[in-house]
Amino acid sequence: MEQEQMTGASMVVQALQDQGVDVVFGYPGGAVLPIYDEVFQQNRIRHVLVRHEQGAVHAAEGYARSTGRPGVVLVTSGPGATNAVTGLTDALMDSVPIVLLSGQVPTFMIGNDAFQEADTVGITRPCTKHNWLVKETDRLASTIHEAFHVAMSGRPGPVLVDIPKDVQFASGTYIGPDAAQTGHYAPKVKGDIEVITSLAEAIESTKRPIFYTGGGVINSGDRACELLRRLVDKTGFPVTSTLMGLGAYPANGKNWLGMLGMHGLYEANLAMHDCDLMINVGARFDDRITGRVQDFSPDSVKAHVDIDPSSINKVIHVELPIIGDVAHVLEDLLKVWKSRGAKTDAPAVKEWWDQINEWRKVDCLKFEQTGSTIRPQHAIQRLEALTKDHPDRYICTEVGQHQMWAAQYMGMNDPKRWMTSGGLGTMGYGFPSSIGVQMAHPDALVINVAGEASWLMNMQEMGTAVQYRLPVKQFILNNERLGMVRQWQELLHGERYSHSWSEALPDFVKLADAFGAKGILIDNAADLDDGIKEMLAYDGPVVVDCVVEKHENCFPMIPSGEPHNKMLLGENADTGNAIKEGGAVLV
Amino acid sequence: MASYSPAITPALYQDGKSDMSPLNIKKGSSSHSAYDLRDYHEQGTERHTLALIVDNEAGVLARVIGLFSGRGYNIESLTVAEIDHTGHRSRITVVTTGTPSVIEQIKAQLGGVVPVHDVHDLTTEGVAVERELALFRVVGKGDVRVEALRLADIFRAQVVDSTLDSFVFEVTGTSHKIDAFADLMRPLGLEELARTGVVALARGEIDAESGLV
Repeated sequence: MEQEQMTGASMVVQALQDQGVDVVFGYPGGAVLPIYDEVFQQNRIRHVLVRHEQGAVHAAEGYARSTGRPGVVLVTSGPGATNAVTGLTDALMDSVPIVLLSGQVPTFMIGNDAFQEADTVGITRPCTKHNWLVKETDRLASTIHEAFHVAMSGRPGPVLVDIPKDVQFASGTYIGPDAAQTGHYAPKVKGDIEVITSLAEAIESTKRPIFYTGGGVINSGDRACELLRRLVDKTGFPVTSTLMGLGAYPANGKNWLGMLGMHGLYEANLAMHDCDLMINVGARFDDRITGRVQDFSPDSVKAHVDIDPSSINKVIHVELPIIGDVAHVLEDLLKVWKSRGAKTDAPAVKEWWDQINEWRKVDCLKFEQTGSTIRPQHAIQRLEALTKDHPDRYICTEVGQHQMWAAQYMGMNDPKRWMTSGGLGTMGYGFPSSIGVQMAHPDALVINVAGEASWLMNMQEMGTAVQYRLPVKQFILNNERLGMVRQWQELLHGERYSHSWSEALPDFVKLADAFGAKGILIDNAADLDDGIKEMLAYDGPVVVDCVVEKHENCFPMIPSGEPHNKMLLGENADTGNAIKEGGAVLV
Repeated sequence: MASYSPAITPALYQDGKSDMSPLNIKKGSSSHSAYDLRDYHEQGTERHTLALIVDNEAGVLARVIGLFSGRGYNIESLTVAEIDHTGHRSRITVVTTGTPSVIEQIKAQLGGVVPVHDVHDLTTEGVAVERELALFRVVGKGDVRVEALRLADIFRAQVVDSTLDSFVFEVTGTSHKIDAFADLMRPLGLEELARTGVVALARGEIDAESGLV
């Protein structure tokens, strides 16, 4: 099997099988017909027919993030590839391993403006880790194997292999993954032991420490999450996380502060601002986290563990840069710290916790549910209460206010349970992502917390969910607004709500019905629990139209251009002059 | 809105040792390389010559250039050619400008490009020689023609082509020398100018580790 003559199209299927791929998300077209013909003639790889190529990439992202394995996508040339660009960019920003195979016009027609021709490698160069145009069948197998290697090594990300149709038809020599040259690409995984030792020393003497963790911990794997939990519990230090890192440390763990950042918790942000030692593990000082860079945690010494050297000192200068894989670095750190006696300044850390507990008393997520109009926070809180004990729950989200409320009010106790578009903020991510998660975990409870506007962006995937009988729960908070846009227009643009609502929303119950799914309308607070229970009880795809308060704002909030200690809290916040000149140009 | 009141007074900066934290790590300090001892917050721009060893595969130059344009970095000069025909390796020499932190970012970003094997900052890794080649077509008769030839001699320019009323000079040297020669030729009938951009090489013994060919 290691060396065999076959067509390029069979090589694709063979290579995917040898890479352990069990599901491919795709959409056929002229330039990939030979590959689809091979897919037809085997049954080891399942193909999921999406309704739009963007949906295929997001589904593959959901698959990848919930399993830790690469997500695989198959699309045709031209529009097939260009439709996939948003998904690839999303995967690049959030470090999700995706292998996308695209068809291309035959090599002798490239450059002729042929039908459905696009410069796919040119278009996708800035939105992939790497991409290849394969011009010889003999190089196809090794290129696909290298693509998997690049997607999964170091900081994971999307890759694309563009395969002209004549290369798919022609015969060549197949080589297996072990024989394939995967190139020189091999990012460093072991951290510098000298800096790790300095960090261990700092852990011994810090009085106000904080762990600031990110998606890198989850990408590093289950072992990294285990080590993080051990380190946090052994040191007794507080831990907060970015949107992408939720679940690496359990939300029910005793040192958990909640999410930080623009819509993060008051106690988490103030602890970041006032700490004297910040240990960043697998996060990247994103602008949603830092607020005004000049005032970001002004008095702290910062350590930064990241596998990508370009993340270090990109935004925030750190005193202790550690380039390496989180699991390797945490293992070494624990070893060094233990060998030095596993010491901390416990009385000072206790005092720090006292301060944090003072901040907690602000209870920054409090709200009151009165009357029959459902407040969106209440809807999420009830959804959490009714599903948190489910043994196998996965949460996806779209992008906007609902996403932040889900991050605030839902607790992720394990890694790989939370699928959301962080870096790119792609509306339309959640629904196809939930399809990918459900494909990987057929018996799990998969809920997509959505806003009606985001959800409509990829609602065509209803067809996919129904066709593959995927019981994904679409929990739509319907405020008939682009809630986050509306909130910014209120804060920043004198309450001139320019085009931030839709006057022609569908009847979501009828829409679900039209696709052969179940629709549930919840428009009264008294019916909320029953509606959620009905959603959970139904064995099949469900769309819940949960009609909520239309003018709710998402708090707490760090106004753009402000530091962590200038948060807006709750409904009585003075939002009139919250965003000053200078902050207004930021997004 | 709740006001922010720190109950713990920040202990930093209050013990007279202005930039030492209680953790005994110098604020603003970083890892071990001598390069990092410079002031990271320095806002002035610097000119750096970078040498990249890359796989000579389709699109590799576009990847490097796209990284510069996509992230808003400057390119002052760029040269590229295959230097190892059997191993299919090319050397790309980029002259760029930026603040120290931007230069570090550029090097880190380039290092992450899959077909890039090595990134060398010739400006900081010891002493390097830099050369650029330029061709000048100078048109003129009589005194100006004689003067052009005389100056060319001073600049050790080669005459690589001549007609009765024109010369093509070839000058090799630093970019500064070529700028100077161009300034002199302009009033003497400089019609056209072509420059290769900078190529550069580290001086002295080559570190076997460095991978520089």
